[in-house]
Amino acid sequence: MSLATTQSIAEIRARNKELIEEVLKVYPEKTAKRRAKHLNVHQAGKSDCGVKSNIKSIPGVMTIRGCAYAGSKGVVWGPIKDMVHISHGPVGCGQYSWGSRRNYYVGTTGIDSFVTLQFTSDFQEKDIVFGGDKKLVKILDEIQELFPLNNGITIQSECPIGLIGDDIEAVSRAKSKEYGGKTIVPVRCEGFRGVSQSLGHHIANDAVRDWIFDQLESDGKSKFEPTPYDVAIIGDYNIGGDAWSSRILLEEMGLRVIAQWSGDGSLAELEATPKAKLNILHCYRSMNYISRHMEEKFGIPWCEYNFFGPSKIAESLRKIAGYFDDKIKEGAERVIEKYQPLVSAVIAKYRPRLEGKTVMLYVGGLRPRHVIGAYEDLGMEVIGTGYEFGHNDDYQRTAQHYVKDSTLIYDDVNGYEFERFVEKLQPDLVGSGIKEKYVFQKMGVPFRQMHSWDYSGPYHGYDGFAIFARDMDMAINSPVWKKTKAPWKEAARAKLLAAE
Amino acid sequence: MAQSAEHVLDHLELFRGPEYQEMLAKKKIFENPRDPAEVERIKEWTKTAEYREKNFAREALAVNPAKACQPLGAVFASVGFEGTLPFVHGSQGCVAYYRSHLSRHFKEPSSCVSSSMTEDAAVFGGLNNMIDGLANSYNMYKPKMIAVSTTCMAEVIGDDLNAFIKTSKEKGSVPADFDVPFAHTPAFVGSHVTGYDNALKGILEHFWDGKAGTAPKLERKQNGTINIIGGFDGYTVGNLREIKRVLALMDIQHTILADNSEVFDTPTDGEFRMYDGGTTLEDAANAVHAKATISMQQWCTEKTLPFVAEHGQDVISFNYPVGLSATDDFIVALSRISGKGIPEQLARERGRLVDAIADSSAHIHGKKFAIYGDPDLCYGLAAFLLELGAEPTHVLSTNGSKAWHEKMQVLLASSPFGQGCQAYPGRDLWHMRSLLFTEPVDFLIGNTYGKYLERDTGTPLIRIGFPVFDRHHHHRSPLWGYQGGLNVLVKILDKIFDEMDKKTNVLGKTDYSFDIIR
Repeated sequence: MSLATTQSIAEIRARNKELIEEVLKVYPEKTAKRRAKHLNVHQAGKSDCGVKSNIKSIPGVMTIRGCAYAGSKGVVWGPIKDMVHISHGPVGCGQYSWGSRRNYYVGTTGIDSFVTLQFTSDFQEKDIVFGGDKKLVKILDEIQELFPLNNGITIQSECPIGLIGDDIEAVSRAKSKEYGGKTIVPVRCEGFRGVSQSLGHHIANDAVRDWIFDQLESDGKSKFEPTPYDVAIIGDYNIGGDAWSSRILLEEMGLRVIAQWSGDGSLAELEATPKAKLNILHCYRSMNYISRHMEEKFGIPWCEYNFFGPSKIAESLRKIAGYFDDKIKEGAERVIEKYQPLVSAVIAKYRPRLEGKTVMLYVGGLRPRHVIGAYEDLGMEVIGTGYEFGHNDDYQRTAQHYVKDSTLIYDDVNGYEFERFVEKLQPDLVGSGIKEKYVFQKMGVPFRQMHSWDYSGPYHGYDGFAIFARDMDMAINSPVWKKTKAPWKEAARAKLLAAE
Repeated sequence: MAQSAEHVLDHLELFRGPEYQEMLAKKKIFENPRDPAEVERIKEWTKTAEYREKNFAREALAVNPAKACQPLGAVFASVGFEGTLPFVHGSQGCVAYYRSHLSRHFKEPSSCVSSSMTEDAAVFGGLNNMIDGLANSYNMYKPKMIAVSTTCMAEVIGDDLNAFIKTSKEKGSVPADFDVPFAHTPAFVGSHVTGYDNALKGILEHFWDGKAGTAPKLERKQNGTINIIGGFDGYTVGNLREIKRVLALMDIQHTILADNSEVFDTPTDGEFRMYDGGTTLEDAANAVHAKATISMQQWCTEKTLPFVAEHGQDVISFNYPVGLSATDDFIVALSRISGKGIPEQLARERGRLVDAIADSSAHIHGKKFAIYGDPDLCYGLAAFLLELGAEPTHVLSTNGSKAWHEKMQVLLASSPFGQGCQAYPGRDLWHMRSLLFTEPVDFLIGNTYGKYLERDTGTPLIRIGFPVFDRHHHHRSPLWGYQGGLNVLVKILDKIFDEMDKKTNVLGKTDYSFDIIR
């Protein structure tokens, strides 16, 4: 039994409030004031979680956040497989983000697909001093010569580009013309822009609008006949194959997926998306912008969905089907029924091992809320959650549809706060990123990376739920956690014992 | 449906089933894919000498470079000092990247803060970020020292670290006597090894030369201590521990400068140690009095070593000494500088490495290798291969300089096994791909990213380098010392034997050669 469930809501609320007060004590006054706005205990019935968000991180606190470049190259554009993405600037950014996000794809890497290649302009001092546009021109030529089957090129700006006044838009236009209208997309995602990855998503979305949609010929380039059941998956990066284990369900219910944004995606799919009848949006945070644009410009409705855990999957399948005719509605029911035996078997196997276990999350995008249902399907309880780069609309969705009363909420949490929270609340599992993983494991707390699925996955869809359940079980119930104290040293802390 | 609760299939197996294969085949029509014949034609073309020529004619584009940027090396060096928090002035995303990168390699926490500069700081400069940042870091993480370096953003706008730190202290961010050494580490100059060099020099300069004008310069009073600098090294945990063991065996008083062997190898026992081990600040200061300083990696200390020499010490550098001769040179140098004898135990360890080489050399002799990595690592491995009678056919270092190239060529020319071998400075792994297709070798030595080359060219990869993300725990075993040489030898042999077995394990076809004894 977990500690949390042995206490009343009021007790938990008081404890969490006290914990926040305690954590804030470490800060200089000005910082404490700023951080206080990002920490709260959720109150049932409120329309949001009562925290400020999408505000600049405070210097020196060890924020977990990344930058706009990470949001554009790392998240939105990088997975588009048949385009070459240039990390434009010094070598580091591209190097540190090289192949680490696990956006799966099928293709002949280096010939017609380029996701796991690191293309960079490797800026030197002279490029900073004299500008990098001439180098960029040469780079585009060299890509054309050495990678002739690329279907397009994006230029992902690193910090210096915007500071030295390079005109990558002019270079892109000129080279596109020279190469007969080739798609060349300049992206102004310099790392210093905005407060986190989030602005990078927005900038990347805008670049799709301006440099792909706005360039489309009116007759379109689509090579297929439209059907009334054409949909596009938006905001699934196919980490560990997530988009595939989602796509299979949509197709089984009778829909036709004409585009994946952007995991295992291609330029042709981006270009064909305006032909979709419905855009279905998984990661609202990173791709709501382009979904709204397509709604306004092309009249395509969009709907959010959640494919983590059977409860949310069924709810989402029905919601998506609601946009279509009875054939699709029946299809949704058929799919739910088909997978019910799998769901029942997974829950029968894993729920007894996970019932009552508590979880603290700190992730990006949609996951701080989206995965809660999957944990609850396994009888687990999320007692704390927060967004790395969420906005208020994320916290609204979280408050209205996901978190329970008295859940601890922490926006843009930093190393210090997160460690103190976990130390005090002693959850049975922490789900966060690579920078947090080893910190908590050292503390003896089971951990799963919830960005990369800890090199497992997929976690989306029914097939993914089985893997999710297996992985959470193997993290929490690994025998190693009972061995962290040497037998000749004091026994494990009381709280850890109580949590078993 | 292939998925089941009894036998859960994840990405390794799930997508290979007919349902997913059919789905992916149907997806193709929306991708507007290239003609498969054309893909095949281009694929074959990239293997040719003609492609290699065009590839090597590249002047601007880097594809799969094997180097990172300066601040990574600065962070790596900084955490080698007791209670030290690295503080990188500039954009915050960079710090997220360094921490992830180091954690993925060492499977350890990596603590580092950023001054989180954004657009307003780009316009007005990052002084306020420094003032607030130092105050916050100091209060939250209770460091003994904060070591400041820079991202390219701060460098492009020209922030002056010395002045900023001084102002921050005046504003009370940290106490006036709190140690805040700094180094400018622009990402557009050099690589992570340069950043290591700059950060280490910055820290020594701070302690030795009057703490940025706030204290008297230290007056050197020579003692018998020897300083050791490891350099940027993915095997720092195993290597520095091995060096310390050897120094203890030889009874040599020493200071490891930037000893990060503990912080990248902390136990799981219920406690997170944000700081662990490291060169004490007292030792860092007293290192000025040492008799000599030894750098294990010349190209990681191009500025630091001359700086040390200017203070009157003997300095000597190695190039990632691996194997017999390089370790001999290192041990003899230690003995010469310290005046201490070489204990019999080291002679026995040496003898065991010779023994192992003698036992196995028939399998390595004459084999061709391609190596890539940091300049010193490449040099050290190439030298070892030569003494094993193997041929380091291609030696490529993206961050290798002209001087490195010359020194490599001298090394290759010095051995009959180095004839026809070639060093490639400033080239990347797409160049290496062309080399492996047009002048094939038996084995490739490199970091994790070599697996793409292994897949494309079929050249078996031996993982030695940084980063190694996809194999665990190798950083805990040394590559240095006679014991380390043995580890490298075994890594190479294991791959050679695995390949022999792989090539002879076809039932009914190669029942011969599939030997039990090798």
